[in-house]
Amino acid sequence: MADTVALRLDKVSIGTLDGVSFTIAPGEIVCLSGPSGSGKSRLLRAIADLEPHGGDIWLGERAQSQFPGHEWRRQVMLVPAESQWWAPSVGEHFQHSPVEDLSTLGFETKTLDWQIGRLSSGEKQRLALLRALSRSPRALLLDEPTANLDDTTIHRCESWLRERTRQLGLPVLWVAHDSRQIERVANRHYRIEGSRLKEVS
Amino acid sequence: MNVIDLAWWQLGLAASMVVALAACTHLARLGVGKSLLLAGARTALQLALIGLILEALFAASRLHWVALMATAMLLIAGREVMARQKRRLLGGWAFGIGTVSMFLSSFTVTVLTLTVIIGPEPWYTPQYAIPLLGMMLGNTMNGVSLSLDRLTDTAWRQRAVIENRLMLGQRWQEAIGDIRREAMRSGMIPTINAMAAAGVVSLPGMMTGQILAGSPPAVAVKYQILVMFTITVGTGFGTLAAVAAGSRRLFDERERLRLERLSEPVS
Repeated sequence: MADTVALRLDKVSIGTLDGVSFTIAPGEIVCLSGPSGSGKSRLLRAIADLEPHGGDIWLGERAQSQFPGHEWRRQVMLVPAESQWWAPSVGEHFQHSPVEDLSTLGFETKTLDWQIGRLSSGEKQRLALLRALSRSPRALLLDEPTANLDDTTIHRCESWLRERTRQLGLPVLWVAHDSRQIERVANRHYRIEGSRLKEVS
Repeated sequence: MNVIDLAWWQLGLAASMVVALAACTHLARLGVGKSLLLAGARTALQLALIGLILEALFAASRLHWVALMATAMLLIAGREVMARQKRRLLGGWAFGIGTVSMFLSSFTVTVLTLTVIIGPEPWYTPQYAIPLLGMMLGNTMNGVSLSLDRLTDTAWRQRAVIENRLMLGQRWQEAIGDIRREAMRSGMIPTINAMAAAGVVSLPGMMTGQILAGSPPAVAVKYQILVMFTITVGTGFGTLAAVAAGSRRLFDERERLRLERLSEPVS
């Protein structure tokens, strides 16, 4: 926990959103909701610096512009709603094998030898979370991370994410639809209303 | 051994065979008759014109005329590279990248071949310079346009993969690495295939021409080998430059994928 940092947005604007400012403390989970098309995913893309945007974003004491693009994204990691897999087998997408986490999410070490073609959408989604965390980011941006999972797996996934991110001290911005999920995981909750973010208590 | 000149009426006989072919396809309702005649007429007209220009150029044999001709050929090739791409880079980049990479590779290799290897006196003697540059540009143009087309089209179709790789913290070179390799390959394959099949399956056109013109086959073979190698080097470096510059242009200074820099697909 020595090296944890906060993620801070300062008057960020992207698409219809404008003047978005908030701070996520280390180990804190902030949920973001809003109607589809309101710009949730685009805000995450702006924070990961995948799209040109206005305003400043800080990781601890360092601004986004002080990092090269790839270095920023390695530290502020976005897990998209639909993950992509380019190599033939699962293991080729991992730099090292996250043995412990694999079993927590219901996989085995053998899973790394699986062919991508035989993965279900739910398996892809869980493996995408594992893939992101195995690269040791310092902040996480999750775009509906449990959308393709059944109820039991959702709970397992949620508690794993909560535990790991708290343990690692990662600030997490979590886009979610389900209000019960938001109740379960969020320390704070913002809803997009028009061009603004509104804190929901 | 003297070359047998061809009279115009003799070419007329060959032309009448093309007309006969067009008539047959027309009668069989195969629908290529019209374009066949049009393309035939273009061949005759364009080549007659270039014949006149070359006659004048050879007679003058001045560096600035050769340079002017070379520039015109380069610009036309650059336009052709742009026209052959389905999704081209906007803002003049498609033309610019194509033209500059062809200039860098074709011109350098042609000048090097003329000055160091063949060594006519003076080095820009148009009888050597123009045909050599023509072959070079023609092949480099194919390589550059094939590779750029493959690069931009694949990047468009695989944008989700590229972006996901960026999200995982990969550098832009790594995120588009597979696509770059594929683009380079598709630009180089025709040249590699041509070298592999040369003399076994097909007698290359230049060698055939030289033999018809009375050169001993041994000399023609040496020129053909030289030309094949220089074409390969020209195409290779041209394609390399185009793929490097083209893929860089797909990303901005923050290493974001910027596909809005590509045009809508041109059919």
